[in-house]
Amino acid sequence: MPPLQTAFVAPAPIPAAPPPRSETGVIAWLRANLFSSSLNIALTVLCVLLLFWTVPPLVKFLLLDAVWTGFDRESCLARPERPVVGACWAFVAERLNFFIYGFYPIEERWRVDIFFAALAFGIGWMTWLDAPRRGLGMLYFFLALPVASFVLLYGAPRLGLPIVETAKWGGVLVTVVVAAVGIVVALPIGILLALGRRSSMPAVRLFSVIYIEFVRGVPLITVLFMASVMLPLFLPEVWSPDKLLRALIGVAMFSAAYLAEVVRAGLQAIPRGQYEAAQALGLGYWKVMYLVILPQALKITIPNMVNSAIGLFKDTTLVFVVGIFDLLKTVEASRIDPKWATPVTSVTGYAFVGLFYFLGCYAMSRYSRYVEARLAQGERR
Amino acid sequence: MDAAESAKPGVSLLNNPRARAIAYQALLCAAIAALAYGAITTASANLKRAKIASGFGFWNDTAGFDISQTLIEYSITSTYGRAFWVGLLNTLLVAAIGIVLATVLGFAVGIARLSRNWLVSRLAGLYVEVIRNLPLLLQLLFWYNAVLNALPERLQDSIRIPGGGYLNRRGLFLPEPVFGSGAGIALSALVFGIIAAIAYRSWAKRRRERTGFAPPVTVVVLALVLAPPLVALALAGFPVAFDYPQPGRFNIHGGLEILPEFIALLIGLSTYTAAFIAEAVRAGLLAVPRGQTEAAQSLGLSAWRTVRFVVIPQAMRVIVPPLTSQYLNLTKNSSLAVAIGYPDLVHIFAGTVLNQTGQAVEVIALTMAVYLSISLFTSLLMNIYNRRVAIVER
Repeated sequence: MPPLQTAFVAPAPIPAAPPPRSETGVIAWLRANLFSSSLNIALTVLCVLLLFWTVPPLVKFLLLDAVWTGFDRESCLARPERPVVGACWAFVAERLNFFIYGFYPIEERWRVDIFFAALAFGIGWMTWLDAPRRGLGMLYFFLALPVASFVLLYGAPRLGLPIVETAKWGGVLVTVVVAAVGIVVALPIGILLALGRRSSMPAVRLFSVIYIEFVRGVPLITVLFMASVMLPLFLPEVWSPDKLLRALIGVAMFSAAYLAEVVRAGLQAIPRGQYEAAQALGLGYWKVMYLVILPQALKITIPNMVNSAIGLFKDTTLVFVVGIFDLLKTVEASRIDPKWATPVTSVTGYAFVGLFYFLGCYAMSRYSRYVEARLAQGERR
Repeated sequence: MDAAESAKPGVSLLNNPRARAIAYQALLCAAIAALAYGAITTASANLKRAKIASGFGFWNDTAGFDISQTLIEYSITSTYGRAFWVGLLNTLLVAAIGIVLATVLGFAVGIARLSRNWLVSRLAGLYVEVIRNLPLLLQLLFWYNAVLNALPERLQDSIRIPGGGYLNRRGLFLPEPVFGSGAGIALSALVFGIIAAIAYRSWAKRRRERTGFAPPVTVVVLALVLAPPLVALALAGFPVAFDYPQPGRFNIHGGLEILPEFIALLIGLSTYTAAFIAEAVRAGLLAVPRGQTEAAQSLGLSAWRTVRFVVIPQAMRVIVPPLTSQYLNLTKNSSLAVAIGYPDLVHIFAGTVLNQTGQAVEVIALTMAVYLSISLFTSLLMNIYNRRVAIVER
């Protein structure tokens, strides 16, 4: 019987295992991210097919087959020598001034341009967080700009600016005015409502809660309908506001309730100690709010406020329903105009409006993310 | 601000915080009352001048207009009150179907955004970014005027849908099931099956919690729900006939006709809301700490059970509140139907009825009251659900 073998000693070193197949590089990335399992392979193939079916036709329609110049529908109709017609950008180019100014008289349009520039300046001042004299900027944005813009756009015969009825305003001008009023007028009301909702006085709290919850519970369209048909009933005839003003009141009422909730969230995030410390210094209610609480609360609500502004900017299209010529309405009116009506006009018009809103909203959402990251800097270690 | 301090002698009433608070509130109430009084007197004067009698006297007057989609019986000779119910039901119909579609699509996109597959997550992200940054009204007009309007106009060019349906510019025409006698038994069998399934599910859950052995749930529940109505139908000799849409000379007759406005509104609302739901779902799934998944795996739970019993219950807690507000948004946004002519509550009642009767105050107030009640009712239901999934602490 041979002795029991108790140990095994390898006579030669085990050959080294081959290195793992590349862990970096294009192939490895593809394997990890696109082809890691059979399900993922199937999904990848599906997505590639989807892209293949949608992207080339889209590029062809919007760019390659598009008509860039022309004077009427003839240039955008399919003809034997050009059987496939893409987007009719000639239509947008010809109507661009109508889309921007509406029926605003041509010789007065410089006033609208100045308004756009002044608004852009104010927005720049407010959104650039390190800008000098931001307090002055607030005064400019929330007080000087609204008054000056009204005088500039509506007109003041004494200053040599002929009156332009609001019925003649239109296009991007109206869209921007509605959005601006929805922020500039609604934000102060919203702050008051938020303070009211957190007030220690029951009657103030009750009215604030009723207002906020009522407006947030109904669609904007019904608020606009209310402003446009009920407001003239409740006001004496001499005060009866015009159509645009009624819609602006509706939008401001609506937006104030949503902004109030945003501000309230900011107020709730401020620790109690801040209130108590300010009161211990002997400050009264308004000084506590103005000097200590609101500067902190408003700062942390900037991202949420920008998000509400995005919602509001998109909602400005609803004034269309009460018959006001905002950008979408000018495009709607133009696309069925016999001069330009072709099978591709509608899609082109909508693509243009879509691009306008997408750029605006996307820029705002990037800004909101930037502010959020900046505010979080203090938390990062 | 307590009572002892306010009762301190020698402090003037002007500096007493309690007295001041009462004075402020009295002032506020007086101002609001004055405003309301002024508004009401002006309104009644204005109404008198316009010779409009206030009140709901118009409710039983003949409406005299037709509505393109009615879930309940309605004709030109019906009353305004009837028109109100038709509009309300149309709003509820589109909102209910839209909520279901938006939830399915939103959860799919939200999960896809977290996929490890680069292409899938990027495409889902692109969908969310594009849809969220475009106004809903623009999307509705696009679907209605650009997509559905590009469908074939002539009857003979209609797109044929397998199974006997047609799609053209006038809408979608589908075979409509017509139930004969005996279908009622099938329906009660279905109800019975659902009750049995719920009972079985709660029994299975209790058994799992008591013994640790999980009886099969999905298969049995499906069988319990589907088998009784199928058996009942088979016993009754399948009393279901299909009313197929018949192309006539100019129009399609019979079958189930779905308006193009309804289709456009449904697509627009559900794709738009789905983008927001997707973001809520993504945030909810990301809110579950990694350690939870790892702990579940180290306990030996399968991938499916990890998701089903560990991830989803915790994620739902974060998802439900924003999901509620998205459902409410969808319902409120269905009022945009007025822009494309779908006969919803706002279109029929705050539009046509208001124009015909001139009863602005009553009509707008009632419309707003309907949306307010829907909002309050939905948040009530969701709060109940939320309480059920909320964290149970000691």
